[in-house]
Amino acid sequence: MTMHESPTQGSGILHSLGAIVLYRIQLAGHFTLFLAAGFYHIFSWPIQIRKILQQVYFIGAKSLLVIFLTALFTGMVLGLQGYYSLVSFGSEAFLGSAVALTLIRELGPVLTAIMVAARAGSAMTAEIGILRISEQVDALKTMNIHPVRYLFSPRLAAAIISIPLLASVFNVVGIIGGYLTGSKLLGVNPGVYFLRVESSILLSDVTGGLLKSLVFSIVVATVCCYQGYFTHRRKNSFGSKSVGLSTTSAVVQSSVLILITDYILTSILL
Amino acid sequence: METPLIRLVNVHKRFGNKTVLRGISLDIMEGKTTAIIGKSGEGKSVLLKHIIGLMQPNGGEILYREKPIKEMSREETRVFRNKMSYMFQGCALFDSLNIFENIALPLKEGTQLSPSEIKKMVGERLRQLDLEGTENQYPSQISGGMMKRVAMARALVTNPELVLFDEPTTGLDPIRKNAVHSMIASYQKELGFTALVVSHEIPDIFHIAQNIIMLDEGQIVFSGSSEEIQTCETPVVRQFLRGEAGSMFID
Repeated sequence: MTMHESPTQGSGILHSLGAIVLYRIQLAGHFTLFLAAGFYHIFSWPIQIRKILQQVYFIGAKSLLVIFLTALFTGMVLGLQGYYSLVSFGSEAFLGSAVALTLIRELGPVLTAIMVAARAGSAMTAEIGILRISEQVDALKTMNIHPVRYLFSPRLAAAIISIPLLASVFNVVGIIGGYLTGSKLLGVNPGVYFLRVESSILLSDVTGGLLKSLVFSIVVATVCCYQGYFTHRRKNSFGSKSVGLSTTSAVVQSSVLILITDYILTSILL
Repeated sequence: METPLIRLVNVHKRFGNKTVLRGISLDIMEGKTTAIIGKSGEGKSVLLKHIIGLMQPNGGEILYREKPIKEMSREETRVFRNKMSYMFQGCALFDSLNIFENIALPLKEGTQLSPSEIKKMVGERLRQLDLEGTENQYPSQISGGMMKRVAMARALVTNPELVLFDEPTTGLDPIRKNAVHSMIASYQKELGFTALVVSHEIPDIFHIAQNIIMLDEGQIVFSGSSEEIQTCETPVVRQFLRGEAGSMFID
Protein backbone atom coordinates (compact mmCIF):
# COMPACT_ATOMS: atom_id res chain seq x y z
CA MET A 1 0.00 0.00 0.00
CA THR A 2 2.85 2.34 0.86
CA MET A 3 4.19 2.02 -2.65
CA HIS A 4 0.80 2.96 -4.05
CA GLU A 5 0.33 5.82 -1.60
CA SER A 6 3.60 7.58 -2.33
CA PRO A 7 2.83 8.66 -5.88
CA THR A 8 -0.67 9.77 -4.80
CA GLN A 9 0.78 11.85 -2.00
CA GLY A 10 3.40 13.22 -4.36
CA SER A 11 0.82 14.23 -6.94
CA GLY A 12 -1.30 15.70 -4.12
CA ILE A 13 1.56 17.96 -3.08
CA LEU A 14 2.19 18.89 -6.72
CA HIS A 15 -1.50 19.61 -7.14
CA SER A 16 -1.52 21.90 -4.08
CA LEU A 17 1.69 23.60 -5.21
CA GLY A 18 0.22 24.11 -8.69
CA ALA A 19 -2.96 25.56 -7.20
CA ILE A 20 -0.93 28.01 -5.07
CA VAL A 21 1.18 29.08 -8.09
CA LEU A 22 -1.93 29.55 -10.24
CA TYR A 23 -3.63 31.53 -7.47
CA ARG A 24 -0.57 33.80 -7.14
CA ILE A 25 -0.40 34.36 -10.91
CA GLN A 26 -4.11 35.18 -10.93
CA LEU A 27 -3.57 37.61 -8.04
CA ALA A 28 -0.68 39.31 -9.88
CA GLY A 29 -2.88 39.67 -12.97
CA HIS A 30 -5.70 41.09 -10.89
CA PHE A 31 -3.31 43.55 -9.23
CA THR A 32 -1.94 44.66 -12.62
CA LEU A 33 -5.45 45.21 -14.01
CA PHE A 34 -6.34 47.26 -10.93
CA LEU A 35 -3.24 49.42 -11.46
CA ALA A 36 -4.00 49.79 -15.19
CA ALA A 37 -7.59 50.87 -14.43
CA GLY A 38 -6.29 53.36 -11.86
CA PHE A 39 -3.87 54.88 -14.38
CA TYR A 40 -6.50 55.03 -17.10
CA HIS A 41 -8.97 56.88 -14.87
CA ILE A 42 -6.40 59.51 -13.83
CA PHE A 43 -6.71 60.83 -17.37
CA SER A 44 -10.38 60.00 -18.04
CA TRP A 45 -12.50 63.12 -18.47
CA PRO A 46 -13.34 65.12 -16.39
CA ILE A 47 -9.99 65.05 -14.59
CA GLN A 48 -10.58 65.02 -10.84
CA ILE A 49 -8.31 67.96 -10.01
CA ARG A 50 -9.99 68.82 -6.69
CA LYS A 51 -9.81 65.24 -5.37
CA ILE A 52 -6.18 64.90 -6.50
CA LEU A 53 -5.26 68.15 -4.69
CA GLN A 54 -7.04 66.96 -1.53
CA GLN A 55 -4.98 63.77 -1.65
CA VAL A 56 -1.74 65.67 -2.37
CA TYR A 57 -2.47 67.65 0.80
CA PHE A 58 -3.13 64.45 2.76
CA ILE A 59 -0.28 62.30 1.38
CA GLY A 60 2.22 65.09 0.78
CA ALA A 61 1.73 68.15 2.97
CA LYS A 62 0.58 66.23 6.04
CA SER A 63 3.60 63.86 5.80
CA LEU A 64 6.11 66.72 5.89
CA LEU A 65 6.70 66.65 9.65
CA VAL A 66 7.32 62.90 9.83
CA ILE A 67 9.59 63.10 6.75
CA PHE A 68 11.47 66.05 8.26
CA LEU A 69 12.12 64.23 11.55
CA THR A 70 13.08 60.93 9.87
CA ALA A 71 15.38 62.72 7.44
CA LEU A 72 17.03 64.86 10.11
CA PHE A 73 17.89 61.94 12.37
CA THR A 74 18.87 59.66 9.48
CA GLY A 75 21.26 62.38 8.25
CA MET A 76 22.62 62.89 11.76
CA VAL A 77 23.27 59.16 12.23
CA LEU A 78 24.92 58.99 8.80
CA GLY A 79 27.10 61.95 9.84
CA LEU A 80 28.20 60.17 13.01
CA GLN A 81 28.73 56.73 11.47
CA GLY A 82 30.36 58.16 8.36
CA TYR A 83 32.74 60.34 10.34
CA TYR A 84 34.00 57.51 12.55
CA SER A 85 34.40 55.17 9.57
CA LEU A 86 36.20 57.78 7.43
CA VAL A 87 38.40 59.25 10.16
CA SER A 88 40.23 55.92 10.60
CA PHE A 89 41.39 56.31 6.96
CA GLY A 90 42.03 60.02 7.35
CA SER A 91 39.27 60.71 4.84
CA GLU A 92 36.74 62.60 6.97
CA ALA A 93 36.73 65.35 4.34
CA PHE A 94 34.66 62.99 2.19
CA LEU A 95 31.85 62.92 4.76
CA GLY A 96 29.70 65.24 2.59
CA SER A 97 29.99 62.89 -0.38
CA ALA A 98 29.17 59.82 1.71
CA VAL A 99 26.11 61.36 3.35
CA ALA A 100 24.74 62.96 0.17
CA LEU A 101 25.19 59.94 -2.10
CA THR A 102 23.76 57.51 0.47
CA LEU A 103 20.72 59.71 0.89
CA ILE A 104 20.07 60.68 -2.73
CA ARG A 105 20.66 57.24 -4.23
CA GLU A 106 19.17 55.01 -1.55
CA LEU A 107 17.90 56.14 1.81
CA GLY A 108 15.94 59.19 0.67
CA PRO A 109 13.62 57.40 -1.76
CA VAL A 110 13.37 54.18 0.31
CA LEU A 111 12.73 55.70 3.73
CA THR A 112 10.33 58.31 2.31
CA ALA A 113 8.25 55.63 0.62
CA ILE A 114 8.22 53.44 3.75
CA MET A 115 7.22 56.37 5.97
CA VAL A 116 4.43 57.39 3.55
CA ALA A 117 3.22 53.77 3.44
CA ALA A 118 3.09 53.72 7.23
CA ARG A 119 1.41 57.11 7.63
CA ALA A 120 -0.80 57.70 4.57
CA GLY A 121 -0.90 54.22 3.00
CA SER A 122 -2.33 52.59 6.12
CA ALA A 123 -5.01 55.31 6.28
CA MET A 124 -5.89 54.72 2.59
CA THR A 125 -6.34 50.98 3.20
CA ALA A 126 -8.44 51.49 6.32
CA GLU A 127 -10.65 54.14 4.69
CA ILE A 128 -11.31 52.19 1.48
CA GLY A 129 -11.69 48.95 3.47
CA ILE A 130 -14.41 50.48 5.65
CA LEU A 131 -16.15 51.85 2.54
CA ARG A 132 -16.09 48.31 1.16
CA ILE A 133 -17.44 46.47 4.21
CA SER A 134 -20.22 49.02 4.78
CA GLU A 135 -21.49 48.65 1.17
CA GLN A 136 -20.42 52.21 0.27
CA VAL A 137 -18.37 50.89 -2.68
CA ASP A 138 -21.48 49.05 -3.92
CA ALA A 139 -23.45 52.27 -3.41
CA LEU A 140 -21.00 54.04 -5.74
CA LYS A 141 -21.59 51.37 -8.40
CA THR A 142 -25.37 51.73 -8.13
CA MET A 143 -24.94 55.48 -8.72
CA ASN A 144 -22.94 54.69 -11.85
CA ILE A 145 -19.79 56.13 -10.26
CA HIS A 146 -16.72 54.04 -11.12
CA PRO A 147 -15.25 53.11 -7.70
CA VAL A 148 -11.69 52.73 -9.04
CA ARG A 149 -11.89 56.18 -10.61
CA TYR A 150 -13.44 57.72 -7.50
CA LEU A 151 -11.31 56.02 -4.84
CA PHE A 152 -8.04 54.84 -6.36
CA SER A 153 -7.08 57.17 -9.24
CA PRO A 154 -6.88 60.42 -7.19
CA ARG A 155 -4.75 58.65 -4.56
CA LEU A 156 -2.46 57.15 -7.22
CA ALA A 157 -1.98 60.53 -8.94
CA ALA A 158 -1.39 62.26 -5.61
CA ALA A 159 1.20 59.65 -4.54
CA ILE A 160 3.04 60.04 -7.88
CA ILE A 161 3.16 63.82 -7.33
CA SER A 162 3.91 63.80 -3.60
CA ILE A 163 6.39 61.00 -2.92
CA PRO A 164 9.21 62.20 -5.25
CA LEU A 165 8.81 65.72 -3.79
CA LEU A 166 8.91 64.36 -0.23
CA ALA A 167 12.02 62.32 -1.12
CA SER A 168 13.69 65.54 -2.34
CA VAL A 169 12.83 67.24 0.97
CA PHE A 170 14.19 64.15 2.76
CA ASN A 171 17.50 64.43 0.89
CA VAL A 172 17.98 68.12 1.70
CA VAL A 173 17.06 67.74 5.38
CA GLY A 174 19.24 64.61 5.65
CA ILE A 175 22.27 66.45 4.23
CA ILE A 176 21.67 69.22 6.79
CA GLY A 177 21.45 66.51 9.51
CA GLY A 178 24.81 65.13 8.39
CA TYR A 179 26.25 68.65 8.51
CA LEU A 180 24.96 69.14 12.09
CA THR A 181 26.76 66.08 13.43
CA GLY A 182 29.72 66.06 11.03
CA SER A 183 30.60 69.76 11.16
CA LYS A 184 28.95 71.25 14.23
CA LEU A 185 29.57 68.29 16.56
CA LEU A 186 32.66 66.57 15.20
CA GLY A 187 34.47 69.45 13.55
CA VAL A 188 34.54 68.67 9.80
CA ASN A 189 35.05 71.92 7.90
CA PRO A 190 31.58 73.09 6.74
CA GLY A 191 32.97 74.46 3.47
CA VAL A 192 34.61 71.11 2.70
CA TYR A 193 31.44 69.23 3.68
CA PHE A 194 29.23 71.19 1.28
CA LEU A 195 31.90 71.30 -1.44
CA ARG A 196 32.02 67.48 -1.35
CA VAL A 197 28.24 67.33 -1.41
CA GLU A 198 28.14 69.55 -4.50
CA SER A 199 31.05 67.98 -6.36
CA SER A 200 30.12 64.33 -5.78
CA ILE A 201 26.46 64.44 -6.83
CA LEU A 202 25.85 63.83 -10.52
CA LEU A 203 22.61 64.51 -12.35
CA SER A 204 22.24 60.74 -12.86
CA ASP A 205 22.20 60.26 -9.05
CA VAL A 206 19.34 62.73 -8.71
CA THR A 207 17.33 61.37 -11.64
CA GLY A 208 17.97 57.79 -10.46
CA GLY A 209 16.70 58.68 -6.99
CA LEU A 210 13.63 60.39 -8.42
CA LEU A 211 12.93 57.43 -10.69
CA LYS A 212 13.04 55.14 -7.66
CA SER A 213 10.66 57.46 -5.80
CA LEU A 214 8.29 57.43 -8.74
CA VAL A 215 8.21 53.62 -8.84
CA PHE A 216 7.84 53.42 -5.04
CA SER A 217 4.93 55.86 -5.14
CA ILE A 218 3.09 53.56 -7.56
CA VAL A 219 3.90 50.56 -5.34
CA VAL A 220 2.65 52.26 -2.16
CA ALA A 221 -0.57 53.68 -3.61
CA THR A 222 -1.48 50.52 -5.52
CA VAL A 223 -0.74 48.02 -2.73
CA CYS A 224 -2.52 50.10 -0.08
CA CYS A 225 -5.61 50.87 -2.20
CA TYR A 226 -5.77 47.28 -3.52
CA GLN A 227 -5.72 45.86 0.01
CA GLY A 228 -8.54 48.18 1.06
CA TYR A 229 -10.59 47.75 -2.11
CA PHE A 230 -10.55 43.94 -1.93
CA THR A 231 -10.67 43.62 1.84
CA HIS A 232 -13.95 41.67 1.52
CA ARG A 233 -12.16 38.93 -0.42
CA ARG A 234 -9.90 37.96 2.47
CA LYS A 235 -10.45 34.30 3.21
CA ASN A 236 -9.46 34.28 6.87
CA SER A 237 -11.52 37.15 8.27
CA PHE A 238 -14.60 39.34 7.90
CA GLY A 239 -15.74 42.86 8.71
CA SER A 240 -13.63 45.12 10.89
CA LYS A 241 -11.09 42.35 11.51
CA SER A 242 -10.47 42.06 7.78
CA VAL A 243 -9.91 45.85 7.57
CA GLY A 244 -7.34 45.59 10.36
CA LEU A 245 -5.55 42.68 8.68
CA SER A 246 -5.67 44.41 5.28
CA THR A 247 -4.08 47.52 6.80
CA THR A 248 -1.27 45.42 8.30
CA SER A 249 -0.78 43.55 5.00
CA ALA A 250 -0.71 46.84 3.09
CA VAL A 251 2.12 48.31 5.16
CA VAL A 252 4.12 45.05 5.28
CA GLN A 253 3.69 44.30 1.56
CA SER A 254 4.47 47.90 0.55
CA SER A 255 7.65 47.93 2.64
CA VAL A 256 8.88 44.56 1.35
CA LEU A 257 8.01 45.44 -2.25
CA ILE A 258 9.81 48.80 -1.90
CA LEU A 259 13.00 47.01 -0.82
CA ILE A 260 12.73 44.36 -3.57
CA THR A 261 12.04 47.01 -6.22
CA ASP A 262 14.91 49.07 -4.84
CA TYR A 263 17.30 46.17 -5.40
CA ILE A 264 16.05 45.62 -8.95
CA LEU A 265 16.22 49.33 -9.85
CA THR A 266 19.68 49.73 -8.29
CA SER A 267 20.95 46.76 -10.34
CA ILE A 268 19.58 48.39 -13.50
CA LEU A 269 20.74 51.93 -12.72
CA LEU A 270 24.30 51.12 -11.64
CA MET B 1 -49.93 43.18 -24.14
CA GLU B 2 -47.92 45.56 -21.96
CA THR B 3 -44.14 45.19 -22.16
CA PRO B 4 -42.44 44.79 -18.77
CA LEU B 5 -39.76 47.28 -17.78
CA ILE B 6 -37.57 44.49 -16.39
CA ARG B 7 -37.95 40.80 -17.16
CA LEU B 8 -36.06 38.00 -15.42
CA VAL B 9 -35.95 34.70 -17.27
CA ASN B 10 -34.92 31.53 -15.40
CA VAL B 11 -32.28 33.31 -13.29
CA HIS B 12 -30.00 31.05 -11.22
CA LYS B 13 -27.44 32.10 -8.66
CA ARG B 14 -25.02 29.96 -6.64
CA PHE B 15 -22.52 30.91 -3.96
CA GLY B 16 -20.13 27.97 -3.76
CA ASN B 17 -22.30 24.93 -3.07
CA LYS B 18 -25.29 26.97 -1.96
CA THR B 19 -27.92 27.74 -4.59
CA VAL B 20 -29.75 30.95 -3.70
CA LEU B 21 -31.89 31.56 -6.79
CA ARG B 22 -33.38 28.55 -8.59
CA GLY B 23 -34.85 29.63 -11.88
CA ILE B 24 -36.52 32.94 -11.08
CA SER B 25 -38.76 34.30 -13.86
CA LEU B 26 -40.72 37.47 -13.27
CA ASP B 27 -41.89 40.67 -14.92
CA ILE B 28 -41.66 44.12 -13.35
CA MET B 29 -44.31 46.33 -14.89
CA GLU B 30 -43.66 50.00 -15.57
CA GLY B 31 -45.14 52.56 -13.20
CA LYS B 32 -46.19 49.94 -10.66
CA THR B 33 -44.96 49.05 -7.19
CA THR B 34 -43.89 45.42 -6.89
CA ALA B 35 -43.11 43.95 -3.49
CA ILE B 36 -40.87 40.94 -2.92
CA ILE B 37 -41.60 39.12 0.31
CA GLY B 38 -40.23 35.97 1.88
CA LYS B 39 -38.24 34.64 4.81
CA SER B 40 -34.80 36.08 5.57
CA GLY B 41 -31.99 34.52 3.57
CA GLU B 42 -34.22 33.46 0.65
CA GLY B 43 -32.37 35.60 -1.89
CA LYS B 44 -34.54 38.73 -2.03
CA SER B 45 -31.62 41.19 -1.75
CA VAL B 46 -29.57 38.98 -4.11
CA LEU B 47 -32.38 39.32 -6.64
CA LEU B 48 -32.30 43.13 -6.39
CA LYS B 49 -28.50 43.13 -6.73
CA HIS B 50 -28.84 41.19 -9.99
CA ILE B 51 -31.19 43.79 -11.41
CA ILE B 52 -28.94 46.74 -10.46
CA GLY B 53 -25.88 44.90 -11.81
CA LEU B 54 -23.96 44.36 -8.55
CA MET B 55 -24.17 40.59 -9.14
CA GLN B 56 -24.18 38.49 -12.27
CA PRO B 57 -26.40 35.39 -12.58
CA ASN B 58 -24.90 31.92 -13.08
CA GLY B 59 -27.74 31.16 -15.49
CA GLY B 60 -30.73 32.82 -17.11
CA GLU B 61 -31.26 36.32 -18.46
CA ILE B 62 -32.26 39.78 -17.28
CA LEU B 63 -33.93 41.99 -19.88
CA TYR B 64 -34.61 45.73 -19.87
CA ARG B 65 -37.50 46.60 -22.18
CA GLU B 66 -37.00 43.16 -23.79
CA LYS B 67 -33.28 43.77 -24.42
CA PRO B 68 -30.87 41.39 -22.60
CA ILE B 69 -28.61 43.42 -20.28
CA LYS B 70 -25.56 41.31 -21.09
CA GLU B 71 -25.93 42.15 -24.80
CA MET B 72 -25.92 45.90 -24.14
CA SER B 73 -22.99 48.04 -25.27
CA ARG B 74 -21.01 49.98 -22.66
CA GLU B 75 -22.92 53.17 -23.45
CA GLU B 76 -26.30 51.39 -23.32
CA THR B 77 -25.35 49.88 -19.94
CA ARG B 78 -24.36 53.33 -18.65
CA VAL B 79 -27.68 54.83 -19.79
CA PHE B 80 -29.60 51.87 -18.32
CA ARG B 81 -27.80 52.16 -14.97
CA ASN B 82 -28.49 55.90 -14.87
CA LYS B 83 -32.20 55.13 -14.99
CA MET B 84 -32.06 53.06 -11.81
CA SER B 85 -31.29 53.73 -8.20
CA TYR B 86 -30.97 51.54 -5.15
CA MET B 87 -31.79 52.15 -1.54
CA PHE B 88 -29.64 49.85 0.57
CA GLN B 89 -30.90 47.90 3.58
CA GLY B 90 -28.20 49.50 5.74
CA CYS B 91 -28.55 52.87 3.93
CA ALA B 92 -24.85 52.79 2.76
CA LEU B 93 -24.48 56.53 3.26
CA PHE B 94 -20.97 57.92 2.91
CA ASP B 95 -19.96 58.50 6.50
CA SER B 96 -17.25 61.04 5.67
CA LEU B 97 -19.64 63.22 3.63
CA ASN B 98 -22.35 65.40 5.14
CA ILE B 99 -26.04 64.95 4.32
CA PHE B 100 -26.01 67.51 1.50
CA GLU B 101 -22.90 65.95 -0.08
CA ASN B 102 -24.40 62.46 0.24
CA ILE B 103 -27.55 63.41 -1.63
CA ALA B 104 -25.64 65.53 -4.16
CA LEU B 105 -23.05 62.85 -4.96
CA PRO B 106 -24.90 61.05 -7.81
CA LEU B 107 -25.61 64.43 -9.44
CA LYS B 108 -22.10 65.77 -8.92
CA GLU B 109 -20.34 62.68 -10.24
CA GLY B 110 -22.82 61.43 -12.81
CA THR B 111 -24.19 64.57 -14.48
CA GLN B 112 -22.96 67.85 -15.97
CA LEU B 113 -25.29 69.96 -13.80
CA SER B 114 -24.00 73.25 -12.40
CA PRO B 115 -23.48 73.59 -8.61
CA SER B 116 -26.50 75.90 -8.36
CA GLU B 117 -28.76 73.38 -10.16
CA ILE B 118 -27.46 70.60 -7.89
CA LYS B 119 -28.14 72.75 -4.83
CA LYS B 120 -31.70 73.40 -6.05
CA MET B 121 -32.44 69.72 -6.73
CA VAL B 122 -30.96 68.55 -3.42
CA GLY B 123 -32.82 71.32 -1.58
CA GLU B 124 -36.08 70.12 -3.14
CA ARG B 125 -35.52 66.53 -1.97
CA LEU B 126 -34.48 67.72 1.50
CA ARG B 127 -37.71 69.67 1.75
CA GLN B 128 -39.87 66.83 0.43
CA LEU B 129 -38.39 64.36 2.89
CA ASP B 130 -38.51 66.75 5.83
CA LEU B 131 -34.71 66.90 6.15
CA GLU B 132 -34.23 70.65 6.05
CA GLY B 133 -31.64 71.84 8.54
CA THR B 134 -29.64 68.60 8.47
CA GLU B 135 -27.54 69.52 5.40
CA ASN B 136 -24.33 70.05 7.33
CA GLN B 137 -24.69 67.08 9.67
CA TYR B 138 -22.93 63.76 9.14
CA PRO B 139 -24.69 60.36 9.00
CA SER B 140 -23.36 59.41 12.45
CA GLN B 141 -25.02 62.53 13.91
CA ILE B 142 -28.58 61.72 12.80
CA SER B 143 -31.12 59.07 13.85
CA GLY B 144 -31.80 55.78 12.05
CA GLY B 145 -35.11 57.10 10.71
CA MET B 146 -33.43 60.18 9.30
CA MET B 147 -30.73 58.02 7.71
CA LYS B 148 -33.45 56.06 5.91
CA ARG B 149 -34.92 59.31 4.62
CA VAL B 150 -31.50 60.56 3.50
CA ALA B 151 -30.95 57.25 1.70
CA MET B 152 -34.34 57.68 0.05
CA ALA B 153 -33.55 61.28 -0.92
CA ARG B 154 -30.28 60.09 -2.49
CA ALA B 155 -32.10 57.32 -4.35
CA LEU B 156 -34.71 59.74 -5.73
CA VAL B 157 -32.55 62.79 -6.48
CA THR B 158 -31.68 61.67 -10.01
CA ASN B 159 -35.38 61.18 -10.92
CA PRO B 160 -34.85 57.49 -11.71
CA GLU B 161 -37.14 55.35 -13.81
CA LEU B 162 -36.78 52.34 -11.49
CA VAL B 163 -36.07 52.45 -7.76
CA LEU B 164 -35.08 49.32 -5.85
CA PHE B 165 -35.80 49.51 -2.13
CA ASP B 166 -34.08 46.88 0.00
CA GLU B 167 -36.03 46.62 3.27
CA PRO B 168 -36.58 50.37 3.57
CA THR B 169 -38.41 50.14 6.90
CA THR B 170 -36.29 47.62 8.83
CA GLY B 171 -35.40 48.94 12.27
CA LEU B 172 -37.92 51.79 12.25
CA ASP B 173 -40.64 52.44 14.81
CA PRO B 174 -44.27 51.88 13.62
CA ILE B 175 -44.87 55.60 13.01
CA ARG B 176 -41.70 56.03 10.90
CA LYS B 177 -42.49 52.74 9.16
CA ASN B 178 -45.87 54.03 8.04
CA ALA B 179 -44.28 57.35 7.08
CA VAL B 180 -41.71 55.60 4.85
CA HIS B 181 -44.42 53.46 3.23
CA SER B 182 -46.53 56.56 2.61
CA MET B 183 -43.50 58.33 1.15
CA ILE B 184 -42.81 55.46 -1.26
CA ALA B 185 -46.46 55.41 -2.32
CA SER B 186 -46.83 59.17 -2.67
CA TYR B 187 -43.51 59.74 -4.50
CA GLN B 188 -44.21 56.80 -6.73
CA LYS B 189 -47.47 58.50 -7.75
CA GLU B 190 -45.91 61.97 -7.91
CA LEU B 191 -42.71 61.10 -9.77
CA GLY B 192 -44.08 58.09 -11.66
CA PHE B 193 -41.15 55.75 -11.10
CA THR B 194 -41.37 51.96 -11.00
CA ALA B 195 -40.71 50.63 -7.53
CA LEU B 196 -39.42 47.24 -6.46
CA VAL B 197 -39.57 46.85 -2.70
CA VAL B 198 -38.11 44.03 -0.62
CA SER B 199 -40.07 44.01 2.61
CA HIS B 200 -41.02 42.00 5.68
CA GLU B 201 -43.82 44.35 6.61
CA ILE B 202 -46.91 42.16 6.33
CA PRO B 203 -49.66 43.31 5.75
CA ASP B 204 -48.55 46.99 5.48
CA ILE B 205 -46.70 46.41 2.23
CA PHE B 206 -49.92 45.13 0.58
CA HIS B 207 -51.37 48.66 0.85
CA ILE B 208 -48.65 50.25 -1.30
CA ALA B 209 -47.77 47.43 -3.73
CA GLN B 210 -49.91 46.47 -6.69
CA ASN B 211 -47.97 43.26 -7.37
CA ILE B 212 -46.63 40.81 -4.80
CA ILE B 213 -43.97 38.16 -5.36
CA MET B 214 -43.09 35.65 -2.68
CA LEU B 215 -39.77 33.79 -2.67
CA ASP B 216 -39.19 30.54 -0.85
CA GLU B 217 -36.09 28.40 -1.12
CA GLY B 218 -34.89 30.40 -4.11
CA GLN B 219 -38.12 29.96 -6.09
CA ILE B 220 -41.21 32.05 -6.67
CA VAL B 221 -44.09 30.48 -4.77
CA PHE B 222 -46.56 33.29 -5.38
CA SER B 223 -46.97 36.03 -7.95
CA GLY B 224 -50.09 38.12 -8.11
CA SER B 225 -51.93 41.11 -6.74
CA SER B 226 -52.07 42.14 -3.10
CA GLU B 227 -55.71 41.01 -2.97
CA GLU B 228 -54.91 37.62 -4.44
CA ILE B 229 -52.16 36.81 -1.92
CA GLN B 230 -54.53 37.38 0.97
CA THR B 231 -56.85 34.69 -0.37
CA CYS B 232 -54.07 32.37 -1.54
CA GLU B 233 -54.40 28.85 -0.19
CA THR B 234 -50.85 27.65 -0.89
CA PRO B 235 -49.64 26.30 2.52
CA VAL B 236 -46.19 27.98 2.45
CA VAL B 237 -47.78 31.35 1.63
CA ARG B 238 -50.46 31.00 4.33
CA GLN B 239 -47.85 29.95 6.85
CA PHE B 240 -45.69 32.98 6.05
CA LEU B 241 -48.57 35.43 6.18
CA ARG B 242 -49.69 34.08 9.55
CA GLY B 243 -46.11 34.25 10.83
CA GLU B 244 -45.95 30.54 11.65
CA ALA B 245 -42.50 28.97 11.96
CA GLY B 246 -43.68 25.59 10.57
CA SER B 247 -40.81 23.21 9.86
CA MET B 248 -38.33 26.07 9.48
CA PHE B 249 -36.59 25.63 12.84
CA ILE B 250 -37.15 21.86 13.04
CA ASP B 251 -35.06 21.48 9.85
